[in-house]
This record gives sequence, structure tokens and C-alpha cells, in this order.
Amino acid sequence: MTALSFLIPAALFLGLIGLIAFLWALKNGQFEDLDGAAHRMLDDD
Amino acid sequence: MNVTSDSPTGTQNIQAAPLASCCEIAAAMDLADEVIRPADVASYVVAGKDGISDLHLIVRNMHCPSCVRQIEGGLNGNPGVLTARLNATTHRLHLRWNTAQTDAASLVGVLADLGYEVSPYDPVKLAASANTDDKDLLKAMAVSGFAAANVMLISVAVWAGLAQDMGEATRALMHWLSALIALPAVAYAGRPFFRSALSAVSHGRTNMDVPISLAVLLACGMSLFETTRGGDHVYFDASVSLLFFLLIGRFLDRSLRRKVESAAQNLLSLRAVSATVIGPDGSYVSTPIDSIRPGMSVAVAAGERLPVDGVLASGQTEIDTSMVTGESLPRPTRIGDKVFAGTVNVGAPVTVTVTATDEGTLLSEIVSLMEAAEQGRAKYVRLADRMARWYAPAVHAVALATFLGWFLIAGASWQGALMIAITVLIVTCPCALGLAVPAVQAGAVGRLLKAGILAKSGDGLERLASVDTVVFDKTGTLTLGQPELVDQHDIALADLKRAASLAAASRHPLSLALRRVAGPVAALQSVEEIPGQGLKATDGQSEIRLGRREFAGVSANEGLAHDGPELWLSENDRHIQFRFNDTIRPDAATVVSALQQDGYAVELLSGDREDAVARIAKELGITAWRHGCTPQDKIARLDTLAARGHRVCMVGDGLNDAPALAAAFASISPGTAADASQTAADFIFQGQHLAPVLESLKTARVSRSLVFQNFTLALAYNLIAVPVAASGLATPLVAAIAMSSSSLVVTLNALRIKLGHILPEFHNDRT
Repeated sequence: MTALSFLIPAALFLGLIGLIAFLWALKNGQFEDLDGAAHRMLDDD
Repeated sequence: MNVTSDSPTGTQNIQAAPLASCCEIAAAMDLADEVIRPADVASYVVAGKDGISDLHLIVRNMHCPSCVRQIEGGLNGNPGVLTARLNATTHRLHLRWNTAQTDAASLVGVLADLGYEVSPYDPVKLAASANTDDKDLLKAMAVSGFAAANVMLISVAVWAGLAQDMGEATRALMHWLSALIALPAVAYAGRPFFRSALSAVSHGRTNMDVPISLAVLLACGMSLFETTRGGDHVYFDASVSLLFFLLIGRFLDRSLRRKVESAAQNLLSLRAVSATVIGPDGSYVSTPIDSIRPGMSVAVAAGERLPVDGVLASGQTEIDTSMVTGESLPRPTRIGDKVFAGTVNVGAPVTVTVTATDEGTLLSEIVSLMEAAEQGRAKYVRLADRMARWYAPAVHAVALATFLGWFLIAGASWQGALMIAITVLIVTCPCALGLAVPAVQAGAVGRLLKAGILAKSGDGLERLASVDTVVFDKTGTLTLGQPELVDQHDIALADLKRAASLAAASRHPLSLALRRVAGPVAALQSVEEIPGQGLKATDGQSEIRLGRREFAGVSANEGLAHDGPELWLSENDRHIQFRFNDTIRPDAATVVSALQQDGYAVELLSGDREDAVARIAKELGITAWRHGCTPQDKIARLDTLAARGHRVCMVGDGLNDAPALAAAFASISPGTAADASQTAADFIFQGQHLAPVLESLKTARVSRSLVFQNFTLALAYNLIAVPVAASGLATPLVAAIAMSSSSLVVTLNALRIKLGHILPEFHNDRT
């Protein structure tokens, strides 16, 4: 049962990282233009 | 802006080169369209500090991946350009530059040289209020998703612990942890539902959000109570996953609406160009349309679309009114004649004095007809709302009955009775119903967009599905609205080229038609255009004329009889006749017969002359047709059909069709249609083909049947789940499994809309 004391916080922590990363990406405008990035990839500059 | 039309032979060159890129071909197809001059955008430039200016543009003809590179590369190469960023999803381009080094006109010129048509827009007007709503929903969805996953993780452990032997203390810890995650998440992610439920209740109504909010709040409250007294069953997992599923449905619905809105805004702002106002001192100023007042003088160059209603103040020209009246030939116009916004000046440069749209003009009549017609349509109630109307009260009644039954009759404790009532609320909660409609409609609209059809609203899709009669307009709908040479093979190529070399100087529709078939020719020098008559030029010592019969000096009985427009070429007493007809869309006959085979009644209502309408009707196999229809006649006919119990889909493009489009049960417009028509129509399609009409009808019917399948699935689930829950057998585990599986089944079923094939013609059209 002692395993729980670090496994549950670890699970929650990993989930939180994902959530924060998503909210950051959303705020940063990463989802504004889903098609453009695919096209710009082909640029050779 | 179409640069190819600036050089007389530009179009022919492009047609002769089979390897031209997609965008050049797209530009060539729009040849007859209005020309947006680089100077037009000047009034949309926002000047900032430090000599830095901003401009927002919509790129019109952008279809392929290389467009992004071409546009951004072409602009960034210019000195002074700080930012050139193109959003490939919305087709909106943001430009920022240093005013000292370059200006808006030259940058737009660069785009024009690349073959792109752009139009400016005001980013403040298209403000992203909808956008922030969208983001809030997405954030709520992320938070509830996170909470649902973690609470479920803990709940699975608890369920396993109930079967084996988890200690009291451990279970209590798990419950407290769940509460810690679930309560803040519900408080945050539930707001969209709580807000809507609160406003419904405060207005004395009930909607879907009332049982949702009740279930979530009661479940959380009861679970917290159970946790404090160390009970076995908590419903934290059910309440957060309920929110998560519902938020997915809500987000799909919302993002569908936004996608459609932004596409529609792009379409409409294409016309938001400015007019060239002539000041009292004779100066020319480019001014946005909304700051133009009656009494101002506006200059309209040859080939330009008229920006305003007014009276011709100087000059003599021909006006192409096909967009307004459906007439396929330009009308000669003199000083004092009334002219309308949206028509095209195909003759010589003129000045127009702006008039207010007073009563009695064609436009104001059409606008008032449209307003009257639209009121009828507002009565339509969406399927999901019709469902909600009886579903929400039914859910409340069942939950209340369960509580009273257990508390009063079965003699359970009030906590026990309330707990069972809450499980009823949870399992009946419309997860599947909330997903049933938006998942299908989002898929359907996406599928239509791929085929070049813009569905303007989800309920348009629902209305189109129940249509049994299709009524077409003629000019611009069944036909392309542009004349085409009939007897091309009877005319010597040399004569054709000779005529085209004169026609190269003119933007008259018949001249454009000649140039299309003649191939590349060198334009003759010093061609003179006499509005309403024709073109003349001298080559060596002989005079060449191209134009009307009388203008070319041809006697009345010469040549073949013809009921459409004709041109005569005369040179050294040789007379050659060119006969034209309006081109029928390439697949019109196939589409009409396919519609008839599918059991639709097909009718043709046109404002054109009897013989022209009869010819087209015969060619396409339409037996029910009427000619010479005014906008009122068209509405009257639609009303008659509606009174007989038919549901009519109107397909039309002209301004004269706009009231009928608004009055019909559902309506479709081609992308070349007048402003008002595109606003009134539910669907707008692009390209030369008529097949999108067929595809829209088919998609609408498929999506309706999928929506009904989804309702059936959700209903079947409820028929099983409600008795189980009401009898007190539903543990949190059962509720969680039932809820997730029904949502999954409904979503997977909705995805089938993507499987159907899209008619192959579209790909040829848009490559």
C-alpha cells in the first residue's frame, strides 16, 4: 500500500503536465492554423 | 485582382499551356469577374507607430499547398516587409510593413502578379468574439478530460477493491482524492451548462442543460456527503465524464458553426471593396463603401462592378445586369438612367451619382420581399431542440417518480432514495443525444466543404433532407450565364481570329466569348468601341467592324435566323455571322435526370424570354417550366407548391432569385451568385458543374438518416438503462460503462458520414 503514496501523485503529476502543455499550446495560438504548418514544412529556405 | 485580364492575350496563353499551376487556371476562370484595383485597399490600411502599417487581406483563389510558399515567399522578398503570414485554414493574410520602404499598392501588386485575387477586410469587424467562446469550451473540455481520466483511474481501483477486499481507510482515501480532483473540475468545466440552465430556469423554461446541471451538481453533492460518512458508492467519475462527453458534442457544434461563419464572412467581404469617389475639387479618393453618402460622384472604370446604386452622370456605356435581372445581354445605358450596385460596367468609363435606395427601386423591392419571405422560415425548429422539448421534462418526471417511489412506497431512507434518483438522472443524461446531431452534422459539413460546397448552417442540412421538389432558375444556374459561340465549326479559323483581334479590346461578354474560342491572337491597334453598337478599327486601308447587324451594315434578311445574341464581322463587304447561346452547365442534363430518377419533381422558373426557356427545358428534359417570372411570380409559385404540401429546394443565383431563395424550404446558390442570394441561400457551391446540388441533397439525406439512427440507439440505451437505474441496481460502475459505451457507439456511427464517396467531377474541378 505504500506504493500508492507515490504512484497516485506521480499519475496526477503526469496528467497535469499534459493538461498544462495543452492549455499553453491553446493560449499560444498553436491551433489557429492547422493546415498552414503542413504546407510550410515543404518550404526550402 | 486578376492580372491576366490586363494583357489582352493573357488568358489564351494560359489555356494553351496545359501545365499551368492550379492557381493560374483558377485565375483564368474568373476572367469575367470584377477587377479589384491595388488602390482599393488603401482605405483598409491601418497605420501604426514608427511608420509601420498593417493590412488584413483574404486570398480568394488559393487551393493548393504551394500557394502558401508562393505568397509568403513573394511578399517576404520585398524590402520593407516585416510580416507576411498566411493562415491556410481561413485564407486570411496579415501584412505588416515599413511605410518608408514600400506601400500597400505595390504589395497587392505583387500578389496580383502572382495571379492571386485578394480583398481587404476589417479585422475589428470580423472580431473574434466567437473565437474566445470557442477557446473557453476547449479549455473546459481539456480540464474535464484530465479530471475524467484521473478520477476513472482511481475509481477502477475502488471497484476492484469492492470485489476483493480493500481496506476502509484506503477506500476513503481514494474517495477523498476523487473529490479533490472532481469538484474543482466540475466547478470549472460545468460553467457553460450551469449558465445556460440558469438562464432557462430564470425565464421559466427548461432545456437540456437543466437535467444535466441537476445531475452533475446533485451527484457531486451526494458523493461528497457519502465520502464524509465513509459510504461505498460515489459518483464523481460519472459526473466528470458526463461533462467531458457533453463538452465534446458542444465543441463540435460550436466549431462547425465557426468554420461555416468564417467561410461565409470571407465570401461576403469579397464584395467589401471601396469606390473611387470624385471630390468637389476633381480629386479621386478611394473610400470604403459604408462611408459613401447619397449625392457623391463615383467613377466606374470599364470592366468594374458598380459599387453603389445611382444615376449615370456622365459617359455612355453598356451595363451587364445578368446578376440582377437574369437577362443575359448587356443593356445600353445613357446619362440619367438608373444603375444598380452589383451590375458590371462592360462599356466605357462613366461617372455615377449616388442615390439613396429609395422606395420603388428594384433593389428595395427585392429587400422587402426577402424580409417577408424569411419570416416564414424562422418557424423551423431544429431536430435536437424538438427532441429536447419533451426529453427534458420526461427525465425530470422519471427521476422525481423514482425518488418518491423509493422514499414513500418502498420506505427507503431519504439518502438512499435520493441516490437512486441521481443514478437515474446520470444514466438518462443525454450524452448520446448531445453527440447524436453535432457529430453527424460536423462530419457532413466537412464532407461538403471538401467537395467545394459551403453549408451555411446545420439546420439547412436538416431542411434540405426533407425536400421533395427542386426548382431551378435558368440564367447562371442551369446555364453558366455566359454566352458561347454556337457555330464554331462553320466559321473559318482565320475569320475567327480576325474577329478576336478586334474583340481583344473589349470586355463585352460576347467579345470575351470570341476570345475564349479563338485562341491566342495579336490585338489590333486603335480599336474604337461604340457602346451599344460594336467595335471598329482600320487595318491598312480597309475598315473592319464587329458588332450588331445594322452597325456592320448587314441587311435584315442575310444570314441564318437565330433567337439568341449574334455578332457580325464586316471587312471589304464580306459579312460573317457569329451566333451565340448561353452555355448550359456541362453536367446539367445528367443532374436533372438523376434528380428525377431519385423521385424529385424538377421545375424551371425563369425571368427570360419564352423561346430561350423552352429550348433549355427541352434540352434538359424538364416538363414543368415557366418564363418571364418576376420575383413575385417566383414566390407565388413556391407558395402554391408549399400549400400543396411540397417541400421545395430553390436553386438560383440572380438578385431576382433572392426572395425565392429566402422563401423556399431550403436553397442552394452557385458561388457566382449575387450578394443577397448568397446571404439567403443555405448552401453555396463552387465550380462549373451542377453536380454539387445532387451531392448536397444526398449528403443531407444520409446525415438525416444517421441522426435518426443515433436517436434510435440513444433511445434503446435509455429503455434498458432507465429501468435498471430506477430499480436501484445501477452501481457507479454500471453507470460509467453504460454512459461511455453509448457515447462511443453514437460517435462511431456518426463517422460513417465520411465514408460515402464524393462525386469524382469535383476533383477535376478543383485541382
